Amino acid sequence: MAQFVLPPKPKRSPLNVAKRWMIWLIIAFLYVWTFLEINIDWAAVSERFISSLDRIIPRLFSPDFSATGEILLSMLETIFIAFAGSLTAAVIAIPLGFWAAANIGRSQFATALGKWFLSAVRAFPDLILAILFIVAVGANPFAGVLAIAIGATGMLGKLYSEVIESIDMNIVETMEASGAGKLQILFKGVIPQVIPEFLSYAIYRFEIDIRASTILGIVGAGGIGTMIQFAQMNRNWEEMGMILLVVIVVVIIIDYLSSMIRRRIV
Amino acid sequence: MTEPNGLKLEKEKKENFIPSVTEPKIKTKMTVIFLLVTAFYIVSGIQTGATFAAFFQEALPNMWRVIEKFFPPNWAVIGGIWGPLGETIQMAIIATTIAMILCIPLSLLAARNVTQNKVAYGATRGFLNIMRTVPDLVLAIVFVQIFGIGALPGILALTILSLGILAKLISETVESIDMNPLEAMRASGANTLQMIAYGLVPQVLPQFASFTLFVFEINIRASVILGYVGAGGIGLILQQQMKFYNYDNAMVVIIVIFAIVVLIEWISKKLREAIL
Repeated sequence: MAQFVLPPKPKRSPLNVAKRWMIWLIIAFLYVWTFLEINIDWAAVSERFISSLDRIIPRLFSPDFSATGEILLSMLETIFIAFAGSLTAAVIAIPLGFWAAANIGRSQFATALGKWFLSAVRAFPDLILAILFIVAVGANPFAGVLAIAIGATGMLGKLYSEVIESIDMNIVETMEASGAGKLQILFKGVIPQVIPEFLSYAIYRFEIDIRASTILGIVGAGGIGTMIQFAQMNRNWEEMGMILLVVIVVVIIIDYLSSMIRRRIV
Repeated sequence: MTEPNGLKLEKEKKENFIPSVTEPKIKTKMTVIFLLVTAFYIVSGIQTGATFAAFFQEALPNMWRVIEKFFPPNWAVIGGIWGPLGETIQMAIIATTIAMILCIPLSLLAARNVTQNKVAYGATRGFLNIMRTVPDLVLAIVFVQIFGIGALPGILALTILSLGILAKLISETVESIDMNPLEAMRASGANTLQMIAYGLVPQVLPQFASFTLFVFEINIRASVILGYVGAGGIGLILQQQMKFYNYDNAMVVIIVIFAIVVLIEWISKKLREAIL
C-alpha cells in the first residue's frame, strides 16, 4: 500500500529564529524612536499652510512665459554641465572599472582596493561634491562640471567593473593560449565585448546627471539651479512654475532620446 | 550556364563573410557620431569653463587650498550634530514607509498584466513619469515655502521622490511575474483580491523588500542635503556652517554624512542579501 508521508517541515535553527526576532525588534524600535522623536509643530504648519495656500500654489500653476528665453539659456548651460561632466566621467571610469574588476589582474588586494575606492567616491552626494569644488574654483559652472564628473565616475566605475566581470573569458583564454600579448588581449578580446554596455551605461548616467545638474545651481554651481535660487529668494512663483515646466519637458525629452539610443546599442 | 551562377554564389558568400562593422556606411556614421559628440563636448567645456587648462591651472592647485581650509576638522562641534542627524534618519524612515504603502495601489495600476484598463494604466504611468522628473530639492524648496522650515516639507519631498522610484521598480517586477499560477487560480474560481493575495504577493514580496531598502538608501542620501534649503535634518547645519565660512565645522558634518551613508549602505546590502 502506497503511503504518502509528507516530508518533515524544515526545522529552523534557534539561531535563525533569534536573528529574525532581533531584526523585527530593531525595526520596531526604529519606528517607536522615529515617531516619538520627530518634531513637527502641527499648529504652526497648518497655520502657514492655510495662509500660503492661495499665495503660492495657484501662482506655481500659472507659469510666467515671458521668462522663457532666459530659462532656456540657463537650461542649456545645465545640459552643457551634465554633458561635460558625464562624458569626462565615462572616460575616467574606464581604467577605474578595470582596476575594480575581479577577472582582470591577479592581485585580489588591488581589486578590493579598487572596489573600496569606488564606493567611497559614490558615498559623497553630488551636492556635497559641488560645495567642495565651489570652494576650490569659485561659484561657477566649472565647479558643477567637476562635481558631476566625480559623482558619475563612482557609479560608472562600479557598473563598468561589473560589465568586465561578466565577459566571456573563453575568448581571453584562447587568445592567451595562442600567444597574444596583454595589450592585444585587452584591445581585441576584452574591449569589443564591453563597449556596447559601457556606452549604454554612460548614456544612462547622462540622464541622471541632467537631473542632478538642475539642482547644482542652488549651492552656486551654475545652470538652471541658479534661477531656481533667485526665484525662491524673490518669491517669484510664476517664474518657478515656468522653470519647473522647462525642467520637466527637457528631462522627459532627454530620457526618451536616451532610452531610444540605448535600445539601439544593446 | 552553370559557371557564372557558381561565380555569383561565391561572390555572395564572400560578401556575407565581411563583418558588418567594416561596412563603409556604418563606419562613416560612427565617425560622424564620434565627431559630433566630441564637438559638443568641446563646446560644453568652453561654455562651462571646464577646460583641461582650467583643470590643471586652477582646480588642482586650489584643491590644496581647500584641504587646508577644511582640515583639520573641528571635532568639538560633533555634539550638536547627533540631533539633526537623527532627524535626517527619521525623515527617511517616515518617507520610505509612506511611499511603501502608497506604492502598492500605484504599482498595481501601472502594471500592464494587472490593469487591463488602458486609460488607467497610461494615466498612472504618465503621472509616475512626471513625478520622477521634478528634482527633489525643488520640491523641498516649494514645500518649505508652503509649510515653513522643518521636517515636514522634507518628509513630503522625500515621499514623492521615493514613491516615483518605488512604484516604477515594483510595477516592473509585477509585470515580470509568472502568470500561470494566477490563471490557474482564476480557472478554479478565485476572485481578483484572492488572486493578488495568494498568487501575486508571494512572487513580488522579496523584490518589494529589497527595493524598499534601496529606496531607503536613496532617501538617506537625499535627506542629508534637503536641509540645505530648510527642509530639516543635518543639511541645515551644513548650510549654516558654509554660510559663515566655518569650513572646519562643515568638514565634521561632511565626514559624519559620509560615514552614515556608508554604514546604511552596508546594512542595507547585508539585509538585501539575507532577503533574496
